[in-house]
Amino acid sequence: MSAINPAIVTIDNPQVEIDNLNLFYGESQALKNVSFGIPQFNVTALIGPSGCGKSTLIRCINRMNDLVDNLRVEGLIKIDGEDINHPSLDVIELRRKVGMVFQKWNPFPKSIYENVIYGLRIAGISNKEVLDATVEKSLQKAALWNEVKDRLHGSAMGLSGGQMQRLCIARTIAVSPEIILMDEPCSALDPRSTAHIEDLIRELQGEYTIIIVTHNMQQAARISDYTAYMYLGELIEYGPTNKLFTMPERKETEDYITGRFG
Amino acid sequence: MAKNIQAEIAKVKNNILYLGATVEENIHKAVKSLLTRDVKMAREVIRRDKEEIDCIEINVEEECMRILALHQPVASDLRFLVTVLKINTDLERIGDLAAKIADKVVLLSEMDPARFVAQGIQMPEVFSAMFDKTIWMYKKTLDAFVNEDTDLAYKVCLADDEVDRAKRTIRDQLEEIIMQDSRQHVYLGKQLSVARSLERIADHCTSICEDIIYMMQGRIVRHHNVR
Repeated sequence: MSAINPAIVTIDNPQVEIDNLNLFYGESQALKNVSFGIPQFNVTALIGPSGCGKSTLIRCINRMNDLVDNLRVEGLIKIDGEDINHPSLDVIELRRKVGMVFQKWNPFPKSIYENVIYGLRIAGISNKEVLDATVEKSLQKAALWNEVKDRLHGSAMGLSGGQMQRLCIARTIAVSPEIILMDEPCSALDPRSTAHIEDLIRELQGEYTIIIVTHNMQQAARISDYTAYMYLGELIEYGPTNKLFTMPERKETEDYITGRFG
Repeated sequence: MAKNIQAEIAKVKNNILYLGATVEENIHKAVKSLLTRDVKMAREVIRRDKEEIDCIEINVEEECMRILALHQPVASDLRFLVTVLKINTDLERIGDLAAKIADKVVLLSEMDPARFVAQGIQMPEVFSAMFDKTIWMYKKTLDAFVNEDTDLAYKVCLADDEVDRAKRTIRDQLEEIIMQDSRQHVYLGKQLSVARSLERIADHCTSICEDIIYMMQGRIVRHHNVR
């Protein structure tokens, strides 16, 4: 890890360790020597202009990039000390442990209830008591229970955008992940729904490690404990959010967050 | 939006510098009115403080609040605006102190107009050195702000001791003057008040310089010994 670089803090006992990560889409390099540690039970935000590699990076953490043709990853990502790219690793189990919420909510055209327990059904769990309890617990945690408890068997497609996004968070939580990746979860939501999701993220922190990609810098400032600023595939600065937004180490970070960039 | 906030910040900077220049002029005139026994000038200082300086201060504060609310600035922009909000208050207080000095000039002259003009009021010699040092500190404070010069800001902080010492000397010299001519005692309070105002101006300069250091380095040096 780059302990010498003052712009990138060293995290003691990180849950996710990224070491010298390089990623290529064919000929073009999307991530360049990215190294940093992500602490457990904190919210870590990735910011940077479009195309800087933040979504690519987050998708490496649960190996979503496996599905992309012509893609090559070099370097190491460890979760709880385990190399996630090791051939013996069970990718399905990795994706249970590392859940993901996307920019555009993607509930299945099923009932609210079936959406939440989808992961459990796939895993072969059919005990009704277990399923009922999981539905309630997950929807409670996703702050959606009170709004939908009387129509659990109604279609998920009848929910509002903010509700659908919280349903997707509930579906992620239902399989008891340890890490939740969020790729711009609020970018298509109105301010009220955004505030709802942000409150929820603050509540989930402490129980889950949350890594969020956001274009909204104020959002990163509001909800995260640590922020990483990326530019052209490189990690420019990484440190406590508080510090990064008041006294960044690097001029590049300063220029980006104050809007002087470009 | 980006260009917008930079333009807004440039405007705030202009206004705070205008406030600084106006206050500087008032300190000069207040001191000069005492040295030259110019009551008319003293009254002008008081008027300008009320009519102009106080208004600029309110303007600057409102502008800062508006930018904070509308642009949610971060990093150097945020530190600049927070610093301006604090400096703004200090400058306005310095303006008040200059007006207070002018007010003492008016009172001294009203006590005995003939004697006042005839230089019958004895003043400690150190006053002129204290004036010079305080005005130097004030000017350098504004320079440090304009040029974002932390070294100069540190220098100003260090000069505060000299002004404090000058104030103590003035007190001693006033005692001597009264021992030699007891009729001078009626002027003691006013003159001490002037010395006290100058010392307070130097204190505000120090506080502004500490804020400039924060603005540049993100380090709070207030309440610590910067010396």
